[in-house]
Amino acid sequence: MSDPASGIVAEGAAEPLLSVRGLTVGFAGRGGVVPAVRGIDFDVMANEVLCIVGESGSGKSVTALALNGLLPATARMSGTIRLGQTRIDTAGEEALRAVRGREIGMIFQDPATTLNPLMVVGEQVTEGEVVRGDLARTDAPARAVELLEEVEIADAAGRAGQYPHQFSGGMRQRAVIAMAMAGRPRLIVADEPTTALDVTVQAQVLALLARRQAETGAAVILITHDLGVVAEVADRVAVMYAGRIVEIGPVDAIFANPRHPYTAALLQSIPRVDAADRRLDTIPGQPPLPGAFPSGCAFHPRCALGSARPRCAADDPALHPVGGTAAACHFAEETAPPRLPADPRQSREIAGATEAPLLSIENLEVHFPIRKGLLKRTVGHVRAVDGVSLVVRAGETVSIVGESGCGKTTTARAVMGLVKATAGTIEFEGDDITHKSSAALRAVRQRMQYVFQDPFSALNPVKPVEEIVAEPLRIHGLYDEVGGKQRIAELFDLVGLSKTMFGRYPREFSGGQKQRIGIARALGLAPRLLVLDEPVAALDVSIQAQILNLLEDLQNELGLAYLFIAHNLSVVRHISDRVAVMYLGRIVEESVKDDLYEGALHPYTQSLLSAAPVPDPTRRADRRRIVLAGEIPNPAAPPPGCSFHPRCGRASAVCSRDDPRKARFGDTRTLVACHHAGPLGEPVGQVAAGGVR
Amino acid sequence: MRGGARILRELVRRKGALLSLAFLAVLVLLAVFAVALGFDPVKQNILHSLEAPSRAYWFGTDELGRDILSRVVYGARTSLMTAGGAVVLAGVIGVPMGLVAGFFGGWRDAVLMRAVDVLLALPAILFALALIAVFGRSQGAAMLAVGITGIPGFARIVRAQVLSLRQRDFVVAVEAFGGSSGYSMFRTILPNSWNQILVQVVVLCSIAILLEAALAFLGVGVPPPTPSWGEMLRTGKSYLHEAPYYAILPGLALTLTILSFDTIGRSLTAILENEDAAVTRAEGVAS
Repeated sequence: MSDPASGIVAEGAAEPLLSVRGLTVGFAGRGGVVPAVRGIDFDVMANEVLCIVGESGSGKSVTALALNGLLPATARMSGTIRLGQTRIDTAGEEALRAVRGREIGMIFQDPATTLNPLMVVGEQVTEGEVVRGDLARTDAPARAVELLEEVEIADAAGRAGQYPHQFSGGMRQRAVIAMAMAGRPRLIVADEPTTALDVTVQAQVLALLARRQAETGAAVILITHDLGVVAEVADRVAVMYAGRIVEIGPVDAIFANPRHPYTAALLQSIPRVDAADRRLDTIPGQPPLPGAFPSGCAFHPRCALGSARPRCAADDPALHPVGGTAAACHFAEETAPPRLPADPRQSREIAGATEAPLLSIENLEVHFPIRKGLLKRTVGHVRAVDGVSLVVRAGETVSIVGESGCGKTTTARAVMGLVKATAGTIEFEGDDITHKSSAALRAVRQRMQYVFQDPFSALNPVKPVEEIVAEPLRIHGLYDEVGGKQRIAELFDLVGLSKTMFGRYPREFSGGQKQRIGIARALGLAPRLLVLDEPVAALDVSIQAQILNLLEDLQNELGLAYLFIAHNLSVVRHISDRVAVMYLGRIVEESVKDDLYEGALHPYTQSLLSAAPVPDPTRRADRRRIVLAGEIPNPAAPPPGCSFHPRCGRASAVCSRDDPRKARFGDTRTLVACHHAGPLGEPVGQVAAGGVR
Repeated sequence: MRGGARILRELVRRKGALLSLAFLAVLVLLAVFAVALGFDPVKQNILHSLEAPSRAYWFGTDELGRDILSRVVYGARTSLMTAGGAVVLAGVIGVPMGLVAGFFGGWRDAVLMRAVDVLLALPAILFALALIAVFGRSQGAAMLAVGITGIPGFARIVRAQVLSLRQRDFVVAVEAFGGSSGYSMFRTILPNSWNQILVQVVVLCSIAILLEAALAFLGVGVPPPTPSWGEMLRTGKSYLHEAPYYAILPGLALTLTILSFDTIGRSLTAILENEDAAVTRAEGVAS
């Protein structure tokens, strides 16, 4: 075991609150024990935020469960976990119950499943204290209101009596935080607490977590895959890979001067909202899954430093101090410092406005009827898309960005004819396709293809991948015409897959490979437009970079136009030529990428950009963050006037009355729909609703 | 089919299912090669009536001196053919009904599912008696009765499957690259439903065999002299004291057959549930 003083501990620290030594967790399966966590050591001090980052299969979530004694029965654990004077690893069920809630609070990823749907929220947040006997049942209702007020839930007294389904996602996560904090635990373990939330809500929840942590002095272990979140909140960072901590150290040192090649490569592979003009450096290959960890240093097959060195394949390096951090690498001294910007990205000339657009959407509306009662009467409409106009020219990338429920996916599906447009027109290659029959659409669909968000469900599980890629060609009767198997091999090659994989089934592929297969399938018919619906949202960070680069290469090679749907602002900045921001079924701002990111004019865009976490801890202090109040309203009953006005800092009387039209702002290239549009910082009205932090 | 081999492997790992498969395999082989193996169910030897099992007659003889083993083997033919015919009939009608109802929804769904409800309200045995009253005693009538009452099972299972698959991206994908409704239904959704259909096939087999036996026991099944397990039970019960084997052995054959089908059905359900869970886990880990 490595020396505990070697950077595993925070500097100048007294007695650690939590101390983990040699933690090993495996899962018993048919072929023996599959290792998930392989000997990790770390300490957490009181009042400290330790972030554990890693990709799928790195063992970060298993570590979180182990800390709380929540591992399933098939788990085999060894090593010590000490919380103050209590040994968690050897504690019995009885002792663990005393520790949970009082000493350790747990916050899970998905607030929708953490809360009991049949119990009112107020009762749930105090349930732990009542069960443990810390709170009299008669005092519980008052305490519940107090707890909900502490996590800034408006009208806490009224909300306490409601059920979880009456809460929005962000409010549920607040309630979960209230529940975890109720016993004033000394340690909070949060496993991806904001992954299921939108970026503006994520900003609210992270701010709340930070405030509550400061108020209670608790230590926080935050588990995440999002390096932006890490840079925002962490004091120290532990990077996990293949069940081990490969690097641990203070957040500034990790980001400024990473010593492990994996950390360095990870930082290089993420698109950043503040810098886009570089090509992403990818990490080759896939993150390994438990049961298939490589020998020696588990990272060596993907490592730029170690891939050719026999020592890396033979010895697993121990964590040792290097520079400002501790890294588990034989050649940590050689790790190159992160360079930004890296290779400049090929910039494309955007075709002039004179050219006829490839795709032109005019006042598109998609309303879904809400039916109720025995006779299925229509009682209202969900205005999923409510007047969207957008143009995509040949060879360019136009992104639609927005939070969940803003209508971006519905817009994409309407373009593909997968949902019926209620009003408006969609023209493709100058041809109105809005109301074409599905037979007539078939021809159009040869030149317009769709790539799905979730590569796991987009491929037919009972077909071999060769057949999956060939399917569109067969449907259109073009398979033999375009060269049959030969063409499929070309397509595989185009997306970086080998034709030796032809006979395999989707389940044998990783997420990134499946997404490549999905892209190959879409390219088969040689389309001119690809509609990409969150194509990288379900992928690990290192894989995300591979797919983004692939999309860029394909665009340069084949002259494709992309309509790119995403919620991740960094990804959008990286890939787009033009960006449209959607809110509640409408485009509120649209501009050339850099204009939008550098000088957003709509208050919603500004808050969205300010809420996006930047993976750079040095920027933490001077970030000006506009935390939006509340959440996206129900699209079945949008607010009158400008639908953003209830959350807007600049709203005035006119905003609740008149719906602003989208118009060019001054002599800029930006179209914006706001009565008070203007750059941030200009005294246009007062910033009230959320306040500036 | 991709999953076929794997599911068979999983089945064989389970002791109960393995025994059941072996029993059914032997039964099917006997039934298929009954003639070649020299079984003769109708040859009478009145001098040797109601004999106990012996070296010459392994299962003993009946009141006309016919070999009970031969009659049990030929009875298996009757049972398996009735079951096979009924399953094919129910599947050929029920599966497309479920596909269309689930895929298109709306009025087609309403009409087809009400028809299914009507069929579901018919008690199989009464329906069979009515059919036999109209068409007379025949193997066809039993087959038809079981087949028709088996339609709702297939229609409902396939419809449920369609409804859940229809939302999946790979089905939407087929539509997005221009596949027709027929292509979606029969080339995309159906191949993903075989497992559930297989379970229903096994379940219906056991129901069909039982119903065929019940009809024969009531004396309205396959007309004599064709042997049937139910028919043998019916005559055998009159000789329970003199020749207990007469009724017990065909009864045992019937019981074991149904037990085997049910065991396989239960194992299949468990295997498929495990697989679903494994897929969900894999997706969870990777996302």
